[in-house]
Amino acid sequence: MKRFRFNQQEIVFAVFALLFLVFSIFLNGFLTAENMLTLLQNVAVLGILGLAMAIVVIGRGIDISLIAALAVPPGLALQMVQNGHSLPFSLLIAVLLTIAFGLVNGWLIAYAEVPSLFATLATGLLLAGLGQAALFQLDVVQWSPGMDGFERLGQGTVLGVPTSIWMFAIACIVVAFLLRQTRWGAYIYAIGDNPYAARVTGIPSRPIIVLQYVITALIGCFAGLVLAASVNSMPTRIFNSTLIYDVILVVVLGGIGLSGGRGGVLNVIIGTLLIGTMLNGMTIMDISYAGQNLIKGVVLLLAVITDSFLNPRNEETAQQGDI
Amino acid sequence: MRDTLTSLRYRYWPDHLLGEILSKRWTETAIPVILLLIVGFAFSRSIDNFLSPASLADTARQAGEIGFIALGLALVVTVGGIDLSVGSIFALTDFCALYLLDVAGWPVPAVVVATLFCGALLGAVNGVLVGYLRLRAFITTLITLIIYRSAYDLLIQRYSNAIASAFPDIPSWDFIGAGSVFGIPTVALAYIVIAIFGHIFMTRLRPGWHITAIGGSRRSAYNSGIPVRRTIALCYVASGVLTSVGALFFASRLGTVGGDIGVGLEVIVLTATVLGGITLGGGKGSVAKSAVGVLIVLLITNGLTTMNARGGVNRMALAGILLVAAMVDIRWQKNRTRIISKVYVAPTYHELPPPPPTEIGQGGPFEQNDKLRIVEAIGLGRIEAPEDVILDRHDNLYAGSRHGDIMRFLAPDYQKMEVFAHIGGQPLGMAFDREDNLYVCIGGMGLYRIKPDGTVEKATDETNRSMRSVNDDSRLRLADDLDITDDGLIFFSEATVRYEMDEWPIDGLEARGNGRIISYDTKTGATRTELRGLKFPNGICVASDGQSILFAETFGCSIKRYWFAGPRKGAVEVVMDNLPGYPDNINLASDGNYWLALVGMRSPSLDLAWKMPGFRRRMAKRVPVDEWLFPNINTGCVVKFNEQGKIVESFWDLHGENHPMITSMREHRGYLYLGGILNNRIGRYKLDNADPNFVQYDKRWGKQS
Repeated sequence: MKRFRFNQQEIVFAVFALLFLVFSIFLNGFLTAENMLTLLQNVAVLGILGLAMAIVVIGRGIDISLIAALAVPPGLALQMVQNGHSLPFSLLIAVLLTIAFGLVNGWLIAYAEVPSLFATLATGLLLAGLGQAALFQLDVVQWSPGMDGFERLGQGTVLGVPTSIWMFAIACIVVAFLLRQTRWGAYIYAIGDNPYAARVTGIPSRPIIVLQYVITALIGCFAGLVLAASVNSMPTRIFNSTLIYDVILVVVLGGIGLSGGRGGVLNVIIGTLLIGTMLNGMTIMDISYAGQNLIKGVVLLLAVITDSFLNPRNEETAQQGDI
Repeated sequence: MRDTLTSLRYRYWPDHLLGEILSKRWTETAIPVILLLIVGFAFSRSIDNFLSPASLADTARQAGEIGFIALGLALVVTVGGIDLSVGSIFALTDFCALYLLDVAGWPVPAVVVATLFCGALLGAVNGVLVGYLRLRAFITTLITLIIYRSAYDLLIQRYSNAIASAFPDIPSWDFIGAGSVFGIPTVALAYIVIAIFGHIFMTRLRPGWHITAIGGSRRSAYNSGIPVRRTIALCYVASGVLTSVGALFFASRLGTVGGDIGVGLEVIVLTATVLGGITLGGGKGSVAKSAVGVLIVLLITNGLTTMNARGGVNRMALAGILLVAAMVDIRWQKNRTRIISKVYVAPTYHELPPPPPTEIGQGGPFEQNDKLRIVEAIGLGRIEAPEDVILDRHDNLYAGSRHGDIMRFLAPDYQKMEVFAHIGGQPLGMAFDREDNLYVCIGGMGLYRIKPDGTVEKATDETNRSMRSVNDDSRLRLADDLDITDDGLIFFSEATVRYEMDEWPIDGLEARGNGRIISYDTKTGATRTELRGLKFPNGICVASDGQSILFAETFGCSIKRYWFAGPRKGAVEVVMDNLPGYPDNINLASDGNYWLALVGMRSPSLDLAWKMPGFRRRMAKRVPVDEWLFPNINTGCVVKFNEQGKIVESFWDLHGENHPMITSMREHRGYLYLGGILNNRIGRYKLDNADPNFVQYDKRWGKQS
């Protein structure tokens, strides 16, 4: 007789379906076309960030500095346009800054061997501090006429679906292609599964790790541009928010184990839907920001505990200092 | 001329100190301390009143509060975890204290106890999750950070007005916050007391050692029976309590529950911890490091604030320092042993004249022969590494083995072998005392005594520490050979104080006088260093006059005499020098002369290299250790010399088939028994014209039948 065993992905999907059903029945204004649009729009940026995080988590890392990559380079682009530079030039500078930032992260983690949690915690602070100290004049970088046309990245609809959803879909396809169809993607899984084995097999672990963080930062920057386009400004104080925990929540709940080597784009989509529904429901229920955080925190904690049971840490390859 | 200069340079310049200082654990604390001094000096020059008493007292109050939190984090990091929730615990316990005092109106002692309990509880949540459920510390405490913070936000939404409008006027509460004793703020005083306790706890008490052990290697700690999970959980509890102590002082000083209290505190404390040199990942941490780190971070942030830097700059500075400190720490931890091993070997100048000839046909006392060819082997393939051999009056043969045993071969045919005593370290030189106790030098352990019934007792394993040595030379590293005087004084040699037993050839490469001769008084149990600065002192034998000992300096290629009594007490005299080989053990012969084993013969290459310290240093730095020049110990011989240092006879084995190497020999009832530290056998050689009743220690103690 076949034993009933659900994997985490299925459980989370079931929970999402249940939650969606309960909210639809009991929450007024949840299952409306307008709310669904808001939900999906909110979810889009989170989903893109989840994809970015998924890449490093699959490679047995984590990127706490993702929100800095989301806020600072797009903010810089907006600021430069505001100061009279052309849009393409500003975007180019923003992308270069993002790549440089990703390289720094990757170098610290792959070559200087600083634990990824720790390195990105510090570099995130560094980049946010840089933005605060040197790049922006105000905490919220405003839209300027030079940006006209760019807002279509986050606003409006194509074939009746909001653009930001399309952006999420594009990001999903790109990341799925990278992870599943390219050699580099396979390397990322190999490194995440067992870094030492990957290294002795001849995989260029260190360059691949650097690549992971560069791609992650670029996707983060992309998410930032979508966010800025959808709200017509770049609220750089977003760095102080708990958005990064939402992103980790998406990844862990979706079933990408923090011990690396597992999961894919589908997990991110499922996680995103669940978190999006949860956040949206809590907003409709008018739970305060702190209250939402509390609930999110508890859910995240439960997710991490479950994760540690479903994907136990590999004691053989877990190294000392792997906190 | 050039040789003279080289010799002077190496005689007076202490090359060996660099490696010894670097291998001290306190050098890791020294670097942050130097950084602290630099930062303090820089700011005191660029900012007025930076070091004024008022400013210092203010810094001290902040340092005390943050210091408590840093102590907690130091504990958690040392045990191999991390606690990011300290900022939120700080905020929550701060709220707890003020709520209980202002709104609930509790008395101060109750508030203090309740706040500490609250901290313990919040820490216990982390402790259970990380310690017992074995979640990842970083991600778990990140989550509890959010949960605690949102709980705090919810609480202050409701109670901040009530707390802000209350003005408690309680002297004891004010004393906690603003009081001072002899000009030292209360909080600083409390910190000092707890820090001293913490230092004793971490370095002298069992739980502190457990914490370091778990951080060093969790699995080994578990295997050695340490309650890993409980200890880790308790570390988080302690972190919570210490954070609440800091919060108590903060609450009594400012009395506010603003929204941003404790936000980003974890980064500051973490920076302080890493900057102080507490290794992420655990196993290394001290109170001093934590305190130094806190001071550096506070000086920098306060200095930047005074200089009106923007918030972003402060943030960048902190993050930048954090990154650099973490990087340096990780690189240093990774390369420490390699760097030390590169600089530790410090060769010195050592000149020997050309050795006397040994070839057949060249004449001289060392002329080779093939006398030892007929040596018969005892225990072939059954014993390993018998460095020294000794026989009792019943003709039983005792020899050390590499496995840490004293083996006994039973007379008369020496076929039956048994373990006489198990010690655990490699037995080297041996001697019987008047009561038939066997005294043995154990490499790496010290001097041991084995009673006739086989019970093992430690005689001594430490001597007085010399003031000028950087390495702790009180511990015996390589006790080598010994002899006992008529008064029950044991003289034994310690070959080197700089290397462990398995590294003895490196000491030969260094050719510095690293060894010493130590005496142990069997009557009083006192151990005393008699002579220092000897080049690998090895064999020791009490001379026939009963007032002096003869000792061999292996890499000095000489035999010397040291008077321990009589008119020339304290004097050292050369008996033989420029031997053609490296002398090892010395023992008495039945005709009143002395036996000496040459463990290996000198080679022109090492003789030359000994005159070129720079060459040997480059070799030690660039060439892998198993390709270094190694003193030859494959071919050796036994010689007999008289009281005046004249060679009477020599015994060689040209092919080394029956008995390949010789580290010691013992004459017994007309036979010479040979030991060799790399051998798998004991040799026996029939002597001509020897006293057939000679039993060395029976003759010495007058028990000869």
